[in-house]
Amino acid sequence: MGTLLLDKVSRWFGNVVAVNDVTMTIGPGVTGLLGPNGAGKSTLIHMMGGFLAPSSGSVTLDGEVVWRNEEIYRKIGLVPEREAMYDVVTGWQFVLANAKLHGLADPAGAARRAVDTVQMTEAQDRDISTYSKGMKQRIKMATALVHDPPVLLLDEPFNGMDPRQRLQLMDLLTAMGDEGRTVLFSSHILEEVEQISGSIQVMVAGRHAASGGFREIRQLMTERPHQYTIRSDDDRALAAAIISDPSAAAVQLVAAHDTEGAAARGDASTGRRDGSGSLHVQATDFASFVRVLPQLASRHNIRLYEVSPADESLESVFSYLVAR
Amino acid sequence: MNATVAQLTARSLLGRRRAYLLMALPAVLLVLSVASRGLAGQDAGITVGVLGGFALATLVPLLGVIAGTGAIGPEIDDGSIVYLLSKPLSRYSIATTKAMVAIAVVTGFAALPTFVAGLILSGTSSRLALGYAIGALAAGIAYGTLFLLLAVMTRHAVVVGVLYALIWEALIGSFVPGAQALSIQQWSLALTEQVVGARAEELDVSSAVGLGAAVPLLLVVIVGSTWFAGWRLRSLRLTSDE
Repeated sequence: MGTLLLDKVSRWFGNVVAVNDVTMTIGPGVTGLLGPNGAGKSTLIHMMGGFLAPSSGSVTLDGEVVWRNEEIYRKIGLVPEREAMYDVVTGWQFVLANAKLHGLADPAGAARRAVDTVQMTEAQDRDISTYSKGMKQRIKMATALVHDPPVLLLDEPFNGMDPRQRLQLMDLLTAMGDEGRTVLFSSHILEEVEQISGSIQVMVAGRHAASGGFREIRQLMTERPHQYTIRSDDDRALAAAIISDPSAAAVQLVAAHDTEGAAARGDASTGRRDGSGSLHVQATDFASFVRVLPQLASRHNIRLYEVSPADESLESVFSYLVAR
Repeated sequence: MNATVAQLTARSLLGRRRAYLLMALPAVLLVLSVASRGLAGQDAGITVGVLGGFALATLVPLLGVIAGTGAIGPEIDDGSIVYLLSKPLSRYSIATTKAMVAIAVVTGFAALPTFVAGLILSGTSSRLALGYAIGALAAGIAYGTLFLLLAVMTRHAVVVGVLYALIWEALIGSFVPGAQALSIQQWSLALTEQVVGARAEELDVSSAVGLGAAVPLLLVVIVGSTWFAGWRLRSLRLTSDE
């Protein structure tokens, strides 16, 4: 019950491929869809929610095709990323309207339960336009829960939330997962996913890059080779010292304004003692490298001006996973 | 038809500042009629001029644009249409309901004021008031549904709608004889002509198309637009930030 199956799903817009040959199964429990912006998470969620046709492959829920199947919404609750609602009404009226749109037998009762689940009963009679970001998110959640669906899809639900609101929502999602619902949410921040037990699917550049628990994904990310950019008062001597240590795999000398001139004039222009160049270091073991580096510097009497990780952006962290 | 969809649509269509916008044009028509009757007395020629030249040619198409696009355009723009689409509702029923709301608005804010203006201008003489009211009603329904479809198809529905109303209907329609055959205004005028009857020719209430062509064409536009809008809603692509 409530199993989403993506079978070799691709989606392209013109000649841009947004989702590339993704196959995954999402079953009961909480699943995080993780990836940097533009990785195709929203496209994927739109296809799971029946708002976009796959260019190839198929998306099914318990064997039923999702696309152009209005009846599928009896089983799916969708929390959209965008905030716009019919904000001329109060939270209660909006949830009630959603219950009626579902044609439920007891719309008022269903709306009351949903509003209660997201703990919005107190504020339910205020206009939606007066709600904070977190309250809007919870009302959106209530509209998605009103028909008690086995599948819940949330597009970037934590965006713009403060830590307290985030924790509340995580608890709520965890509770939904424990009830046996299939809960899928997207996020571009690994830490958001942390508190939620369950599995993580990583998307990068339209591809399904990895899947597993939080710990596994975290490990994949920290175990990758780390790159550093280092400036010192004697890059060449430091390079020699670093490469002699097993924690580094490669060192590259870069002159300050390194162009063809550097190569022509040979050694003179790179690694000068004026600190205008820099070093690119590829560390194999990041923990021991950061421990060893200051020791090396002080042993060789080299002054370090700058040590900065070169590729800590989420993008590069994720692309490592793809290249692997 | 779905009562909840109708309710939400009506609320966003009549809510906020849009209601004032809807009231402005009919108010102008009524003020114009009162002033004209007061200054010039009852005059069939002036009545035809005001009802044909302003009510049918300007008020009705513009109201059609506002009501038709307003019934669905803003929801598509801001993405809130997702709350309607993520429900087990027939897309055709959503389109039909929204068309009905748009029609109700055009009736209330264009056809009805046209009728009242006609009564003010020349009472019930020559059935001008009734004739133009029926013409305005038919045109309003056709414009409303056509522009509803337009709003489902393009983000620029309001611009396209206004350009159509002003350039095609008013400008090309009045100078290029062939274009008049493809004009909602002319089709509706055929109804007016029929109701006014014997004095129509004398008062210069004449349509470029006959009744036999006008009625089927109007029905094709109304039914076709609504059906096609529903069909397009089945595969409406939602925008996101990605």
